[in-house]
Amino acid sequence: MTSLPTETTGKKLGLVIDLDTCVGCHACVVNCKEWNTGGYGAPLADLDAYGAEPVGSWLNRIHTFEVTPEDAPASIVHFPKSCLHCDDAPCVTVCPTGASYKRGEDGIVLVDENMCIGCGLCAWACPYGAREMDPVENVMKKCTLCVDRIYNDNLPKEDQIPACVRTCPAEARHFGDLGDPESDISKLVAERGGMDLMPEMGTKPVNKYLPPRPKTHSHVEPEAPKAKALDAKGFLGWLDKTLEAL
Amino acid sequence: MHPAISVIFFTVTSGAGFGFLTLIGLGVPLPESGVGAFFASLIAGGLAVIGLISSTFHLGRPERAWRAFSQWRSSWLSREGVCAVITLVLFALYALNWVFFDNRIVWLGLFVSIGSIATVFTTAMIYTQMKSVPVWNNILTPVCYLLFSLTCGTLLAGSFGYWEAAVVSLPFFALVSIVVAWGAKLMWWQSGETLSSRGSDTGTATGLGSIGKVKLLEKPHSGENYLTKEMVHQIGRKHADKLRMIALLIGAGLPIVVCIIMLIAGANGLLFAVAALAMIAGLFVERWLFFAEAKHAVSLYY
Repeated sequence: MTSLPTETTGKKLGLVIDLDTCVGCHACVVNCKEWNTGGYGAPLADLDAYGAEPVGSWLNRIHTFEVTPEDAPASIVHFPKSCLHCDDAPCVTVCPTGASYKRGEDGIVLVDENMCIGCGLCAWACPYGAREMDPVENVMKKCTLCVDRIYNDNLPKEDQIPACVRTCPAEARHFGDLGDPESDISKLVAERGGMDLMPEMGTKPVNKYLPPRPKTHSHVEPEAPKAKALDAKGFLGWLDKTLEAL
Repeated sequence: MHPAISVIFFTVTSGAGFGFLTLIGLGVPLPESGVGAFFASLIAGGLAVIGLISSTFHLGRPERAWRAFSQWRSSWLSREGVCAVITLVLFALYALNWVFFDNRIVWLGLFVSIGSIATVFTTAMIYTQMKSVPVWNNILTPVCYLLFSLTCGTLLAGSFGYWEAAVVSLPFFALVSIVVAWGAKLMWWQSGETLSSRGSDTGTATGLGSIGKVKLLEKPHSGENYLTKEMVHQIGRKHADKLRMIALLIGAGLPIVVCIIMLIAGANGLLFAVAALAMIAGLFVERWLFFAEAKHAVSLYY
């Protein structure tokens, strides 16, 4: 089971994250925790939640980076990071028990928590830090792409998407089939130049990131708007002239 | 990477144990039977077993450890478990014949040796396979593990005082293997691949490198998390140079001096034991650094 699937449908469900529109509000982080603490598998536990040093397992975290071009001032980029559901997922093949697996039918990478021995090797193998050990259950937790939402017919149609995508107020997160070049999400990737994270690691991530759109360079001094000759008519014109005359 | 004591203890002691098992299997001169054979078997097998047991201490769910034997087709960790158990079962049969019937079965010994080498190799491959930790992802990693294992085995075998029957001078063989093993480790330290030598930096990690210089402004959470504790460990790097010197002095220098003394003044079981203990102590420091110095790709996000 820990070999990568040999028979696939060509379907590659995944996320596209728009670094141009993400405002870094952490709503996706919170909704992810909320859904997944009550959904698939063990709850996402926290330790010392109200104490001095709280820690806990999260499947999605937002980092904030400062990017400084050579010829322009720095800009801020909020950077949500979760499992990329890699085509060549090293976290799957290292697993000694078969708990970590990638589904042939839609490419989702999952952990069977009843088989997991909590050795942590899959978290080591992932260059992106997408897996975290649950501090209470001592099994590996990771993004399930909300497998318990996207196929769940008990939910209204609009909720049958991952919790992070559903909640994003900026619509910076998109969900779909990245294996189908005609899907909306694939077209979006093509149009915006979607990119892989650390392609040099050879993991072939399914999730793509859309780079921030090029900024108007503000180092070119904007021309000060020239004062327009006041040419008011009517009452305001009369008022202007009267006041001028005083 | 976080240097977990259980994993350091496991790789060093089981490395030494399986190294000794390799030499026993190859027929290195040892007590012919009885109590001496029992103690040799106990030390070799005991070190291997203690190491393996300690490795289960870092599991979140040790009660499910048996499941780890199932994925030998794809997983080096699983292969290691399978190799270790097969080797130890074969050695149990070998040791029974040796201790009780004065009979060291040659063909069975060869299987024990092959199994022991395979076990140490699979242990090393658990780390070597990690592209996410470039310094481990190096052909010299298994070379070092195997050479250290065999050297510890040689010194342990010498401690039993049967060196006169050896085809080659055991102190000389030990001296050469100590020098070669630490030579390989020095090469490993020199050739250490880094994230940047593999073309990874915060720019590639975020995909923002093409825009400009990328720097972390704010971490996802103000506190620590599993990733920062497990993979963004930094304490070890501070004293790395001093610790390397300590590892070399205790693990290489002392055993080399002891071997030279034995070459001049004649072999001595007690001196071999001193050299073996020094080597193992040095390897604890070396192995601590192996983890503490290793930089994981996820550190680029923190």
